[in-house]
Amino acid sequence: MQYRTKYNNPSVARKLTLWEKLYIPEVIRGMITTFKHLFRPKFTRQYPEERWDAPASFRGRPVLVMEDNGVERCVACGLCSRVCPPLAIEVRASETELLKERYPVVFEINMLRCIFCGYCEEVCPEEAIIMSKEYELSFRDPSEGIFGKDKLLVPKAELQERLDYLAKMRN
Amino acid sequence: MPKITIDGRELEAQAGQTIIQVATENGIDIPHFCWHPALTVAGNCRMCLVEVEKTPKLQIACATPIADGMVVKTLSEPAVTGREDVMEFLLINHPLDCPICDEAGQCKLQDYAFEHSRGESRFVEEKNHKDKRVPLGPQVLFDGERCISCSRCIRFATEIAEQPVLTFVHRGDHVTIVADPDMGFDNNMSMNVIDICPVGALTSRDFRFKARVWDMSFTDSICPGCSRGCNIRVGIRNNEIERLEPRNNPNVNGYWMCDHGRLSTYPPVNEARIEGPLMKDAKGIQQHTDNDAAARKVAEELSKYSKDEVLLLGSARLPVEDNYALLKLAKEKFGKQHIPFITHIEGQDERLLLRADKTPNALGATLVGCVADGHYQHVHGENEAKKTVLELLRSRKIKVVFSIAGDFLKDPQLLEAFEDVEFFATCSSNDTVTCRRADVVFSTSAWAERDGVFVNFEGWVQQLRPAVATKYFMRGIDHMHMSRLDRFGSPFDKWARGNKRNAREAWRMVELVANNMGARWKYLHTEDLFDEIVKMVPDFKGMSYDSIGRLGQPIATKHGEVKEPIYKEVYQESTERIESVGSVIL
Repeated sequence: MQYRTKYNNPSVARKLTLWEKLYIPEVIRGMITTFKHLFRPKFTRQYPEERWDAPASFRGRPVLVMEDNGVERCVACGLCSRVCPPLAIEVRASETELLKERYPVVFEINMLRCIFCGYCEEVCPEEAIIMSKEYELSFRDPSEGIFGKDKLLVPKAELQERLDYLAKMRN
Repeated sequence: MPKITIDGRELEAQAGQTIIQVATENGIDIPHFCWHPALTVAGNCRMCLVEVEKTPKLQIACATPIADGMVVKTLSEPAVTGREDVMEFLLINHPLDCPICDEAGQCKLQDYAFEHSRGESRFVEEKNHKDKRVPLGPQVLFDGERCISCSRCIRFATEIAEQPVLTFVHRGDHVTIVADPDMGFDNNMSMNVIDICPVGALTSRDFRFKARVWDMSFTDSICPGCSRGCNIRVGIRNNEIERLEPRNNPNVNGYWMCDHGRLSTYPPVNEARIEGPLMKDAKGIQQHTDNDAAARKVAEELSKYSKDEVLLLGSARLPVEDNYALLKLAKEKFGKQHIPFITHIEGQDERLLLRADKTPNALGATLVGCVADGHYQHVHGENEAKKTVLELLRSRKIKVVFSIAGDFLKDPQLLEAFEDVEFFATCSSNDTVTCRRADVVFSTSAWAERDGVFVNFEGWVQQLRPAVATKYFMRGIDHMHMSRLDRFGSPFDKWARGNKRNAREAWRMVELVANNMGARWKYLHTEDLFDEIVKMVPDFKGMSYDSIGRLGQPIATKHGEVKEPIYKEVYQESTERIESVGSVIL
């Protein structure tokens, strides 16, 4: 049995007027709408040439904050790894002579698993892992999707906008 | 017998007990830091405050002896407030170190801060700063800021380790712990203070920062470091052993284990493993092969020689099941009633725990019918003089050797005596000197990768449980303990793919060889072999893996069911003899 809606139910469907039945005027009305939009400001972006600069609140790929002395803030506590819903983060800690005592020897995020939820940023006690503005991620091989410290470490200066945003939101 | 009431429950108690003892025995948890059942009472953390009726102030449960008719309230308002105040006080100078602290996840202070604290501090001043990385001894590091001055480690050093080198110095909130600068806290029990430290003030140099507690799975097992067989828990992460910690068994080791067992028994499971069965080709170079081909070769070689030219070697490092399987092969195919195993005796018995005999199952191997080296010829042929394995090899009668463990050729004399052996097959889990000499090497499971039964020197039958997954032992299927990562990870995760060794129990290799020689053995699991042992060997009468359980049980002879403690005497006698011979001590 066909499911009855107001469109296939002749008793409910609106009857077309003579003007509408003529068809051509309605086509012209549609074309007017189309041409009107040709002269309006464009929303389309010519993507590869023209890139979008995300606002500070955007959650792009998670990165590790590198301090000015070239050392990561991370103390390898493993809370990001614990909270990560898809188990994308692996941290292996070791001892350092620095004041922070502990640092990550291995810090890997499997970007094929990452769901950009931002829990890692929220749980981090050191504000060491934060969400960046970067959203372009494509790989030719699954193993390329595992980002190590080399790809994750980003100088603090480049992340200032997000750090300011976090400071603002936390207060 | 005095009766006391705790939280409305009337409890039977014994005179002289303290409130916390009675409460713990009856499953009532009174929060505490400094009290430990195996140490004397210090009463300095003040965490176990309870309200005792008819006393004007709150009392500490750890140091208050019970009296008949005493009424204790642990949940009344004054008691709860008192504990909250104590927590606030302890947290005044405790740093917010949890992210980098190894204790996080198993920390008493962390747990109690959640359960028994207001969650807020009124303290706004700068916290006290103390030294954060002070070595107390070769294995133990001390973090002064984290210490809550419970004195458990000081009491342990004095009472249990009997090396009173730790003490408090300074006063008030500047109090800290130091070790004697000349001696240091250096003894074979030192790492137990890390376990009993209620906070993360004492950390292990070996384990420091290796893994978070919540990422590990813990499996109850037995330490294979000496014939004591301490009960342990094996901490695993990414299918590698990260640390061992003691498990309370009052019959065997109490709350403790020694540093030797803790540090030296797990690295061989993680490192230097052989990757699969090996067989020498025509040129004498070891090539990878499979178990079936290797077993065919061994069976072929074993059949070539007469029974006097064959030497089958048991091992006290392997569970009773493997020794039993090899002995069964010796009986069925070579008509031998006993096979020797080489003992590993180093140093002296220590006052606590560590034994001179560094093998976990010497008594177990003896019980199923193996004989500690030295009695081989004595038992086997009455006419010949007593000969050790070494003397036997030097007599050049032995042409083929099949051993179930590959760890005995460390001794250069024994290696030299092996020159006349025409064919040598061994089972081994590690790449050792023995393996390099062997014509056929079977890759076998290490102690942490398998089931099995060890019998310690006092006759306690205890059970190994698999903690590390292999290609043949899978976490999900074989009911092994699983960490969060194991449970929720996918088959594509690193820890699920890599690191799984191609290793099986040694008795399976013996079974393969036997079946290639015409036997028809069919054991599916190590437990099947144990069930057979139970029927054959009176000392294991009525036992099963279930009855042994987590805490073990004594051999039947101890209960007087079977009045033939002959094996134990044989073992002790042979041990003494080996010590006097000296040359075969490895």
